Amino acid sequence: MRHGKLSSASPMALRRYGFILAFLAAPLVLYVVFVIAPYVQAFQIALTNWKGISPDFDYVGFENFGKMFADDVFWQAVRHHGLLLLVMPLATIAIALFFSFLLNVGGGQANGRRTGVRGSAFYKIVFFFPQVLAVAIVGVLFQAILRPDKTGVVNSVLGAVGIDPVGWLINPDLALWTIMGVMVWQAVGFYVVLFSAGMSSIPPEVFEAAALDGAGRFTLFFKITLPLLWDTLQVGWVYLGIAAFDGFALVQVLSVDRGGPDNATTVLPLEIWRQAFTFSKYGYASAMGVALFFLTLTFAVLTLRVTRRERIEF
Amino acid sequence: MTNTPREITRRQMMHRIGLTALAAGPVAGLLSACATSGGGGSTAEPAASAGGGGAATSQANPFGVKADAPLEVVIFKGAYGDEYATQSHEPLYVKEFPKAKITHQGIQAIAQTLTPRFASGDVPDVVNNSGTDNLDTGSLVAAGQLLDLTPLYEAPSIDDPSKKVKDTLVPGTIESGLAGDPAKPYLLNYVYTAYGLWYDAKLFEKEGWTPPKTFDEFKTLADKIKAKGITPYAYAGKNASYYQYWMILISAAKIGGNQVLIDIDNLVDGAWTHDAVKQAAAAWAEIGKYMDKSYEGLIHTEVQTQQNQGKVALYPSGSWLEPEQAKDTPAGFEYAMSATPSVSASDTMPYEAIRAVAGEPYVLPAKGKNVNGGLEYMRVMLSKEAAKAFTEKTKSLTVVVGSTEGLTLSPGTESVVAAQSAAGANVVTWSSFEQWYKELETELRKQTNALMFGRITADQFCANMQKAADKTKADSSVTKQKRTA
Repeated sequence: MRHGKLSSASPMALRRYGFILAFLAAPLVLYVVFVIAPYVQAFQIALTNWKGISPDFDYVGFENFGKMFADDVFWQAVRHHGLLLLVMPLATIAIALFFSFLLNVGGGQANGRRTGVRGSAFYKIVFFFPQVLAVAIVGVLFQAILRPDKTGVVNSVLGAVGIDPVGWLINPDLALWTIMGVMVWQAVGFYVVLFSAGMSSIPPEVFEAAALDGAGRFTLFFKITLPLLWDTLQVGWVYLGIAAFDGFALVQVLSVDRGGPDNATTVLPLEIWRQAFTFSKYGYASAMGVALFFLTLTFAVLTLRVTRRERIEF
Repeated sequence: MTNTPREITRRQMMHRIGLTALAAGPVAGLLSACATSGGGGSTAEPAASAGGGGAATSQANPFGVKADAPLEVVIFKGAYGDEYATQSHEPLYVKEFPKAKITHQGIQAIAQTLTPRFASGDVPDVVNNSGTDNLDTGSLVAAGQLLDLTPLYEAPSIDDPSKKVKDTLVPGTIESGLAGDPAKPYLLNYVYTAYGLWYDAKLFEKEGWTPPKTFDEFKTLADKIKAKGITPYAYAGKNASYYQYWMILISAAKIGGNQVLIDIDNLVDGAWTHDAVKQAAAAWAEIGKYMDKSYEGLIHTEVQTQQNQGKVALYPSGSWLEPEQAKDTPAGFEYAMSATPSVSASDTMPYEAIRAVAGEPYVLPAKGKNVNGGLEYMRVMLSKEAAKAFTEKTKSLTVVVGSTEGLTLSPGTESVVAAQSAAGANVVTWSSFEQWYKELETELRKQTNALMFGRITADQFCANMQKAADKTKADSSVTKQKRTA
């Protein structure tokens, strides 16, 4: 009966939903097969002692998690993520905001409209360059830039003004900060463009009105730009936070002995990779993967909750 | 594909050497896994009369090879190429058995090509199991697919029938090819690699330096070298700290004997806090002080290039170094290798002792159609003539003793040969834990850098390593393995 009703009463609806379904089916299947299923499987493998070289494994319950919580290296990696999470997004957003403000509204008035500093179109492209480079290339580039002897780019410049070479990546107290610096360098360009787009969608009348009321650049930025950019900032924050839970490629290429010296730069994805592909402990690696999944998820949910604000419609 | 020694990179070489340990390595786990499903299948007990059978055995034909039985040979066509087989080893075999027809295959994807053939039972007679895509010898041994090579090693040598084949090989060759449980020699590792301190003989000659025989000499020399503005000793901490831990382990073995390294492999309690390891670590930490901190952040090629430019005097490495650096080595630079210095006068092994390991495995499928022919082919390979041809074609030494007589060798190879003959039976053993217990190995890399760049003392180094070894020992998810020699 119902079948008859549907076909007779709403052929339009069927056609419309059929159309949407046809479009959704393919990506949905792909998403389930390549994203959801591996996630679910990771949860399953995390409960086994699978070694990845034969189809045999036993379920060991939460043994892997117990081991993980007793593992110093795991906690070192988590601490590094904590530090990355505190510093990297904040630094990136601050720098990106500063640049995009200068590029869009920091240059003063021209024909009654606020514009960016001179040459801002050129700078926009330059800032975006690092985003175009594959992260492995960035790694190799910085390997030469940060080389610890006098032949490194930074150290040769320092040498010219009489400063001894700095062990950017070999000093355990400095290495993580150096890698953070590279992450920020690479990310800033993208967020300059993102925030620029956000700023250009703020109606110019708002700025004009504020300027007429006597607001300086400082006030304009904090009272007008920032609040009206909140949505974009929030997106940037979540992206960067998730990036702070990665860092695999840069650490792998740049750090001494992959995560060294003395584990000073190690991150969870690197440890997962090492546990799985070097130590053949797929079960344990999956347990770390599950931990990383929950860390990332918690961060994303928390951020979206905490930063929720009323949306301003123009 | 041209196959000059230039193409033998460190990685390929390491891979080859790694295979040795791999074969004897993570086998046990597979063994238990397969043994349960196989149901008493591992009967790789190939009496020399098993396959091909027919002809009677004799002094000249110890395996009783049937004169007209065809032989199928599969060679990995990588850095060594396969000319040594087609132009020397196979013709030598045919010379013995003119009626035998040899089918030769020079390929790269050994596993992809041969796995289905093992499954169907139609296997070749000789396989050079090498390259990235090599067969998992562990599971093959467990499934009874490989031949025990004991008859080969017990057979008379071609060059001198009064000697057995096993007595014509560099010490440790047979042991390096052990696999399975109980361990039997299933792999013939054919290429010889020696480890030591590498230097520019020309530079040392010019400056009147000689490689140090003791650590005291080492420090005196290091001061002299430093005065010339050259870094006395360096290794690449960023990706090759294992070059350095080899040196520490060699010194430990020289002080306390090979048993020290065997105990480390067997995870014996207190193996790392053994006095020999402590002394070795302390001695090398002293040398570390002559190294600039920046070497921790450099990779092996950067340091090797610095040595070629005359900026680094002594560099720890294996005998692949000379071919690896061939295209960057300037004219007038002559590689030479010396043994590592003695730590004290009471060392168990003499100064001349070197670490030497056999690599590049060859195996015989147990179910081949001409099993005896396969054994004979290997016996031919281990003749001086065949080994000499291999060295000529590949610029690499083989495990056959005295096979380089009359050959013109490169300076580095020449010095390896000299070191080898000076060492005689004083050979420092390899370390299986590098392959067996990767987690322990990773920790050792880290601790080695910390020790050599002055962040920890020798005592801390030993304590940290012992802690890591204890952790591995207690880890039920790691399959434990044992070696006796």
